[in-house]
Amino acid sequence: MQSSQTRTVLALLAVVLVGALGFSYIASIRSAQFAIVQTLNSLALGGLLFLLAAGFSLIFGLMRLANLTHGALFMLGAYIGANIMRSYEGVSLWVAMLGSGILVALMGGVLERFVLRKLSSNSLGQVLVTLGMSFIIADACLIIWGGDPIPVPTPPDLRAPIRLFGYAFPTYRLAVVVLAIVAAVALYLLLERTRLGAMIRAGVDDMAMARAVGIPVSKLFTAVFMLGAGIAGAAGVLGGPIMSAYPGLDADMLPLALIVVILGGVGSLFGAFVGSFIIGFVYTFGTALLPDLAYVILFLPMILVIAFRPQGLFGRIAA
Amino acid sequence: MTDVTDNTTIAAPPVERRNSGLRIALYAALGILLVALPLFSGDFYINLASQILIAAIFALSLNLLVGYGGLSSLGHASFLGLSAYFAAWFFTRGGLDHTSAALVALLGTTIVAGFFGLIALRASGLGFLMITLALSQVLWGVAFRWASVTNGDNGLSGMTRPMPFGIDLNGPAAFYWFSLVIFGISFVLMAIFTESAFGSALRGTRDQPRRMAALGFDVWLIRWITFVYAGFWGAVAGLLYVYYHKYIHPTSLSITASAEGLLSVIAGGSGTLGGPVVGSILVVMLKNYASAYVERWNMLLGIVFLVIVIFMPEGLVPGTKRLWKRFTGGAK
Repeated sequence: MQSSQTRTVLALLAVVLVGALGFSYIASIRSAQFAIVQTLNSLALGGLLFLLAAGFSLIFGLMRLANLTHGALFMLGAYIGANIMRSYEGVSLWVAMLGSGILVALMGGVLERFVLRKLSSNSLGQVLVTLGMSFIIADACLIIWGGDPIPVPTPPDLRAPIRLFGYAFPTYRLAVVVLAIVAAVALYLLLERTRLGAMIRAGVDDMAMARAVGIPVSKLFTAVFMLGAGIAGAAGVLGGPIMSAYPGLDADMLPLALIVVILGGVGSLFGAFVGSFIIGFVYTFGTALLPDLAYVILFLPMILVIAFRPQGLFGRIAA
Repeated sequence: MTDVTDNTTIAAPPVERRNSGLRIALYAALGILLVALPLFSGDFYINLASQILIAAIFALSLNLLVGYGGLSSLGHASFLGLSAYFAAWFFTRGGLDHTSAALVALLGTTIVAGFFGLIALRASGLGFLMITLALSQVLWGVAFRWASVTNGDNGLSGMTRPMPFGIDLNGPAAFYWFSLVIFGISFVLMAIFTESAFGSALRGTRDQPRRMAALGFDVWLIRWITFVYAGFWGAVAGLLYVYYHKYIHPTSLSITASAEGLLSVIAGGSGTLGGPVVGSILVVMLKNYASAYVERWNMLLGIVFLVIVIFMPEGLVPGTKRLWKRFTGGAK
């Protein structure tokens, strides 16, 4: 327990340190305002990555399934949200987020129930099916919505930046961070404080025993898969005003989410949380400072963690 | 979860060694057919055959990992793409001649494979798959974003085909024969690799990693050597690829490219020598013919993935063998 608390503190320190270093470096070469915007961009990206990685990690932890459709579900969510807001005048982003999340969750449920379930003994087969599905979803989005990016409007009351100490803070990005943290707390409470969460934890720790004591593990699978898919879909809409919906969004997000999960450790909510913000900072500051090599910089945290802790910072199970 | 393969013992099919006259005659006929192909078919089919040969080398190299090592990599396109980029960059921009550029490409890619292997083999099973995917996506991102070096989305053009021993490879037939020779060499060397004592040890680490470790085998080292060897042959495929197209684009490093290779392996039958070749024929033909009629290659690729995994998980070659055995067995 002691060592896990120490690690927690160390990891949080690492996040703060990466952020502070990046912030002060950028502030010294550019301006404080620029650094503030980049920091909030990092936090917003970290928040979105957390929503994506948390679902991925939960599904992996419970079902031992690397769900490669997760990036495609994020993109699909963004498109559905954009579509809802375009088709129905006056629908707010939050309603679109909810609608999109529910639709994507239902699709995830169908995928789990009718396809992945059939391959439960074949983990490579499951991965390949999710990969195949991600191609199908991505191409279907291209057919339906075309190749041009579709912008998702920022909610009107979050458009104006907040002015504080003479600096402007982009409000929408702040809102994304707050929402991600709320979601993190909600997920934590769900896992640690509810009956459903207890059943999920039991399934993660010992599937056979969980079944033996009468936990409906297969229903749990569907529920967790739908939850993960729904969060990914909703996150797509939430990211919409920042990134908009475009073809290739899936291929941009999935590797980041994978790196987050590798970094934080599969099956660990807290790992996904810390990993997301580390990657959010590293990627955003990397892009701002060395736009050409932002992807190379992503290597560094990943290699460091894999070298010293192959199961990830907070992973209890080796992948 | 440390060793997924530990509980699921994959019974290796008994190797049949029936060097009957019929079999030798069949292989000889196939060989003659392959060599003589350009004499009786049009340019379109000769080029198609070259593409199949290149894809087959790539799939065979991936199969060393997936089929024989039980290591499902979703990032094998890294090595094809990297080698193609190295060769194209050093030839068109670095001022090297073809031989040096090719050597740099092969050596550089193999070194990167060694490094990637160090990282990816910290895990096995799904972790290995995720790390290889993430690594290859990082390379793909670099190819896209580092435009001052890779020319970004425009790709590197201006590559030419080499002239080994003064032979001009610009004609479709000449290039086909060149590819066939390289394919032959690759096939034989990879076959020797899998049939050797080392290959047996590799299959041992796939089926029973713990027992192999208990027997004194260095499981990690066996896997790493295989990873590097597979990376090398992926680099060879990449060289042929960039010579064939005279051009390289980031899509060659994308997850789609890795997935096509994996589909070739799985569709044909992983862990067999013929499987990946058959799978490559299937995937390349499908890609060429289908894209003539429908634009949706990615969707088709996804659907083929679903169909193969759900209905013929062991692949076409073992699947057909099984059906054939049932058929001939039923006739007795």
